[in-house]
Amino acid sequence: MSLGASHNHDHEHQAVPSDPALRTKALESLLVEKGLVDPAALDALVDAYENKIGPRNGARVVARAWVDPAFKKRLLADGGAAIAELGYGGPQGDHMVVLENTPNVHNLVVCTLCSCYPWPVLGLPPVWYKSAPYRSRAVIDPRGVLREFSLELPEDAEVRVWDSTSEVRYLVLPERPEGTEKMSEEELAALVTRDSMIGVAKVLAPAEAHSVARVNEGAKV
Amino acid sequence: MNGIHDIGGMQDMGPIQYERNEPVFHEAWEGRVYAITRALGAWGKWNIDASRYQIEVIPPADYLRMSYYERWLTRIVEDLVKHGLATREEIETGKPAPEALPREARNATPPLDAAGAVAIAASRANYKRPEANAAARFQTGERVRARNIHPLGHTRLPRYVRGKEGTIVRHHGVFVFPDTNAHFLGEQPQHLYSVRFAARELWGDGASFRDSVHLDLWESYLEPL
Repeated sequence: MSLGASHNHDHEHQAVPSDPALRTKALESLLVEKGLVDPAALDALVDAYENKIGPRNGARVVARAWVDPAFKKRLLADGGAAIAELGYGGPQGDHMVVLENTPNVHNLVVCTLCSCYPWPVLGLPPVWYKSAPYRSRAVIDPRGVLREFSLELPEDAEVRVWDSTSEVRYLVLPERPEGTEKMSEEELAALVTRDSMIGVAKVLAPAEAHSVARVNEGAKV
Repeated sequence: MNGIHDIGGMQDMGPIQYERNEPVFHEAWEGRVYAITRALGAWGKWNIDASRYQIEVIPPADYLRMSYYERWLTRIVEDLVKHGLATREEIETGKPAPEALPREARNATPPLDAAGAVAIAASRANYKRPEANAAARFQTGERVRARNIHPLGHTRLPRYVRGKEGTIVRHHGVFVFPDTNAHFLGEQPQHLYSVRFAARELWGDGASFRDSVHLDLWESYLEPL
């Protein structure tokens, strides 16, 4: 991460904006004054991605696929059309392919060249997804990467990595955990995490979810 | 271009820095840079491939040092200057220089208002083109080799698959070709395929014989075996 991001939190923050913050402020005021951007459009875009377009959308898609076999079939055949049935679609979800995880096949999505990610169903990507460690190693050592996410896959499972090199965007359909047979679609959606739809985690049943601690918690910002 | 962005297969980049309950934007300026980038896109002066290339030409040392949205900020500045929407001096001072630019870039009307912004966040684009002239050269199941080419401009053929053998697993259709579109040389659409490479073909016997890496590759990146 940027050097500026790693400071300790014991001291009082000084009210000095960072250099990019100042440059961005000057840039926005220039662009507004020139009539190149409308600040209300900027507000609307920030609001859309902070509050409306995020992984809860994808979670609803996954939960629907778990409870509705006909929907799941459509989702795997034409991801974009099936996702649109739930009202989701937009930039960076223009051409969607959904990959089904099974006990034998584990799919993992990366973009080694930049940061391609299915915005309409997952929102904007987390920093780690866009950063060099994940982008570089997901293709050469996917099992090692998954271990960093506390996910140890059995040797006899097949790992399929998907490097998003075109405008096709990939969404992982994780396995439905055991012991969730009686849960409603809404309750199921609440179990589905962003990470499970990238392929760096499995979806856990409610009891498991409480007992699992992240190995990499110490590395969190 | 064999640039620093083409990072797949490197091993010395450190541990993955996971952040729990990560905010969408860590600081307000990141959201503004994101939104400015999207809003300026509505002028239609550049395209998604040109936009990616503008990040790739950031000097390698700067690319690695910068945070993600610092790269975006750098890109916007370069795009504005390159396409005549603002001068470097204006960007440095934050003040318009009305005489320095063509008329269309003074007192313009932004193409995107708040309602338009809400609309574009929910509108799918289409990079697929009609399968008009040429039939697909490859069929699903066919063995292919990624060509050993090193274009100096933008390409979506990562270094780590060049010269490697794989199998066509899916035909996506005909798509805009980034290598020309990025340089405003036309869309020149081509057939696009999902190609499966065995992990051992890419990384040797240390990799699991079960595992694979799939890439979306345009027809001219591939040759038959």
